[in-house]
Parts: sequence; C-alpha cells; structure tokens
Amino acid sequence: MKNVMSNKFVITLYTLPALLLILVLIYIPITLSGYYGLMDWDGIGEMKFIGLENYVTLVQDKVFWTSTWHSFQLAIFSAASLLLYLGISLVLASKIKGSDLLRKIYLIPMLLSSVAIAQLWMKIFDPNNGMANRLLEILGVENTPLWLADPEIALYSIFIPVIWQYAGFYILIYYAALKNVPDEVIEAAKIDGANALQIAFRIKLPLISGIFKVTIMLAVVGSLKYFDLIYVMTGGGPNGASEVIASYMYKEAFKLNNFGYGSALGFGLLVICLVMTWLTSKLTKSNDDVQF
Amino acid sequence: MSKVSTQPVTTNLSVPKTTKKSYLNKIGFGFLYLILGAFAIIQIYPLVWLVFFSLKTNQEVFGMSPFSLPQDPNWENYTRAWTSGNIGLYFFNSVWITVLSVVLTTILASLVTFAVTRMHWKLSGLVLGLFLVAYMIPLHSTIIPLFNMYNNVNLIDNPVSIVLSYTTFNLPLTIMILLGFYKTFPREIEEAAVMDGCSVHRIFFQITLPMTVPVLSTTAIINMIYNWNEFVFVNTFISSDKWKTLTVGINNFVGQYLTDWGAIGATLVISIIPILLTFLFLSNKIVEGMAAGSVKG
Repeated sequence: MKNVMSNKFVITLYTLPALLLILVLIYIPITLSGYYGLMDWDGIGEMKFIGLENYVTLVQDKVFWTSTWHSFQLAIFSAASLLLYLGISLVLASKIKGSDLLRKIYLIPMLLSSVAIAQLWMKIFDPNNGMANRLLEILGVENTPLWLADPEIALYSIFIPVIWQYAGFYILIYYAALKNVPDEVIEAAKIDGANALQIAFRIKLPLISGIFKVTIMLAVVGSLKYFDLIYVMTGGGPNGASEVIASYMYKEAFKLNNFGYGSALGFGLLVICLVMTWLTSKLTKSNDDVQF
Repeated sequence: MSKVSTQPVTTNLSVPKTTKKSYLNKIGFGFLYLILGAFAIIQIYPLVWLVFFSLKTNQEVFGMSPFSLPQDPNWENYTRAWTSGNIGLYFFNSVWITVLSVVLTTILASLVTFAVTRMHWKLSGLVLGLFLVAYMIPLHSTIIPLFNMYNNVNLIDNPVSIVLSYTTFNLPLTIMILLGFYKTFPREIEEAAVMDGCSVHRIFFQITLPMTVPVLSTTAIINMIYNWNEFVFVNTFISSDKWKTLTVGINNFVGQYLTDWGAIGATLVISIIPILLTFLFLSNKIVEGMAAGSVKG
C-alpha cells in the first residue's frame, strides 16, 4: 500500500505541471516586479539599473498616496456595507418563505463581468438620459449630480455599483452561516423569553462572528484590488479623483511606458495587500477566544 | 358558579391576546417582506432597465423618460450589434478560451489535490502551502513582468498567453475547494483498489476522479464565470481583434459608439445571457461554489 501510494515518479508527474505554472506565472513575476522596480525601463529598450530611485520617488509621490487613500476609502466603505448585508441576511434567515429565491435574485449582479456592470452603470449615471437623475428629479431633487464627472463624488459614485455587485455574495455567506446556528439554541432562548431582536443580537450574531471576520478580510483586501470597474468607468479620473493603486500602476506602465516605475507601484500594491491582510487578521482575531 | 365565571374570563383574555399578537406578527412579517422585496427590486431592476433600453430607438432614449417602456421592440439593435461589432467572433473566442482553461485547471488541480491528500511524501505540506499562498497575491502586481515574459517568448497577442494565465490563476481557489471535498471523502475504496494491485493512475482516473464529479462541476462553474468575465489579462496581452474575448471586445465597441444606446444595450445583453442561462439551470451549484471558495479563502 505504502509503496504504490508513495511512488516518487507518480507524485512528480501529478504535481509538477501545476507547480511549474504557479512558479513561472505567479511567483517569478511577483519577484520580478520588485526587481524591475530597481530599473529605469520603458518596456522595450534596455533596462538601466538605478537602485532604489523608483521606490524613493514612490514614497514621495503624491498621486501614489492619494490613490492609496482612495483604495483605503473603498476598503472602509466595503467593510461598512457588510453591516447592511448582515441586516438583510438576518431578516432573510428568519424563516421567511421564498428566502431561497430572494437569495438567488440578490446574487445575479455578482455573476456579471465588471465591464458589463461598468457600462450599465455609466448609462444609469448619465446626467441627461440616465435613470439615477430622473429618479432624483421625481423625488424632488433640483440640482442633480454629475456623478462620475464630478471630482467631488466620482469615487463615491463608483462605490454604488460595488455595493450592488457584491451584496448577493456576502448575503449568501451570512445566510449559510446563520442557517448553521442550531435550532435548539434559538428554541431554548425563546423558552427563556428572549424576543426576536435579543435572539439576533445576543445569540445569532455572536455565533457567526467568525464568518463576519472572514468577510471583513475579504472586503478589505478585495477592495484594494479594484481595477476593472474604475478603469472602464472613469479611468481614474476626473483629474485623478478616482485613481486607485492598480489603475495608477496600469497607467504608468501601459499608457506612459514607465515600466520600471509601474513595477515599483505593482510591488507597492503587493506589500500593501499583504500588510492589510496581516493587519486585518490581527485586528479581527484579538477577541477570538471570547466567542463560542 | 365560580367555574362557570372563570371560563369566559380566561377565554376573553386569551382571545384578543393571540389575535393581537398574530396581527402584529403579520405586520412585522409584511414589513420584512417589504424590505426584502425592495432590495430584490434594487438588485434586478437595473438589468430590466438595460433590456428595455436595448430595445429602444435613439429617439426614445433621448426624447422620452428613462422609465418608459420600449414602444415597439427595436430588435434591429441586436442585429446591428452582432454584425457591426464583431460580437460573434468575440463570443466564439470567449467560449473556447473559457472551456479550454476550465478543463486544464480542473485536471491539474485534481492531480495536485490527489497527490497531496492521498499519496505519502515529505514535501506535500510545502507544495500545498505554495498553492494556498498564491491565492493572496494580487494579480495586478504580476501583470507587468508577465507582459514582459510573454513578450520574450512571442506570446503577446496570442491566445496561449490567456489560456495559460486563466489556468494558472484559477488553480489556488480550485485546489482549495477540492481539498475540502477530498478531506471528507472515504479512502476505503482507494485502499481496497491498492490491495487488489491497481496502479495509481487507474485509481485516480477510474475511481477517484469519477467520484469527485459533484465538486468538480462546482469548481468548473465557478471557474467558468471568472474566465468569462475576466478583463485585465485580455486587455493587456491581446491587441488584435481576432483574439479578443467578449469583455474586452464589448468595451472597445461600446467606446466607439458612445451615443448608440440601443446597440450598446444589445451588446451588453448578449454578453450577459450565457451567464444568466447557466445560473437559471445551475444556481445551486453556483451558490455552493461561491460559498465554498469564499469561506476557505
């Protein structure tokens, strides 16, 4: 038994193709990104080693920090919107008829490509013929906003389709977790005279806090990687008002041919993502022992 | 006497109490349904609106309320989008690139998961760790070096680069989902096969792989959705129209015809339909896959 199942040739044969792929197409590029960051390079010509110059520029680059701040804002919004999703999931999981169908309807936007979502919402936000401003007019708003064209609110406007897109995904996760809360616990609480709100806040929410922490991590790290939606809807504009790290990196490399500096930005994005992953897991883990 | 008098009192007290409670319950439930229903409308109405304007003429779009219904469904938008926008070609590219990548990811991930969970070797933990850590790496950070690497081997503007990228970047998530299934999966049948002198390849291909079909279909659908919707790789690595996929193709097409709302709407609807059809028939699998992938990530 041991002999057949520890055949080195078979193990190599089974793991090597996939292993080579992730090494060559994920691990080597990520290392190269840090290395290219040390170069002055337009992507076509010779690379010129310039030491840490790109990274020094990056630390002093106002656009980089504004983009990072935008990414952080999106991360904070995303984490906050989890409360909305959680509220809806609580209602949905409270023995409501048709919850299965509703849950699937909520999920539909999550299945669409970011490009389709971006194009659709650009039409919704269209100041003259879009549905958003007409709705506001019906509600009596006189100075209807320009949405994506207004630097003051462009980033917030982009966040609206983000809420729309991810709602079903997080509701799905919370719903599954809430359904896992044993019925006996809730029945026992009811017998002790707990009302619906007490059951929700004192029993259900504490019991799913583990999942809630996972989703905070997903939301925070996920929002640092937003690119498609912003690239299509505003291209980071107007005037950098909705620029995030990934879109800034893409612009530097593929529009301005600053591959060296673009790589440094890409490496910066990696570091920020890893730090935020670590930080979020630290922050959300601190009171883990209290639960369950 | 006392017995007779207490009877009606208790019923008098209890009857209004229960009706009041159920009455409140009904209002409460009605209110909850109202919230859930409103949210369902928010989630679905933008798509209904998209279908409406995909059937409108420009006069209707620019001259009438955005909430008006299309007066006379203008199907011509769809023929115009399909013929003038290369949509047919992009659609074909999306299909074969998606399918090929999903097949490759599924097979490679199954082989790795089998080797890691069923076979005995020292480095299995390390190899698995490499796959799981790769899940945390933002793909945008790899894109400049990847572009350069593909460029050096003449794979830029070649669909091979897209298939390779899709296959690779879906491996970590797929392995994570498979891992959960393999771990709870009984080993007895495989062990019996070893006793009977079965080779590893036969065990994998004829016993394990067929038994994992339920979870394989889940991962395949999740991969399919990700690949179908992917944008950055194609936008970066592909420049000629003949290899573009639907996401990049429609983005370029829409960029050129900014004011032709009807054709834009029709194009978007065409790109969305395959995913919606899949969802209609396989929603349970999709729900399952999304939940599995997220919780383990």
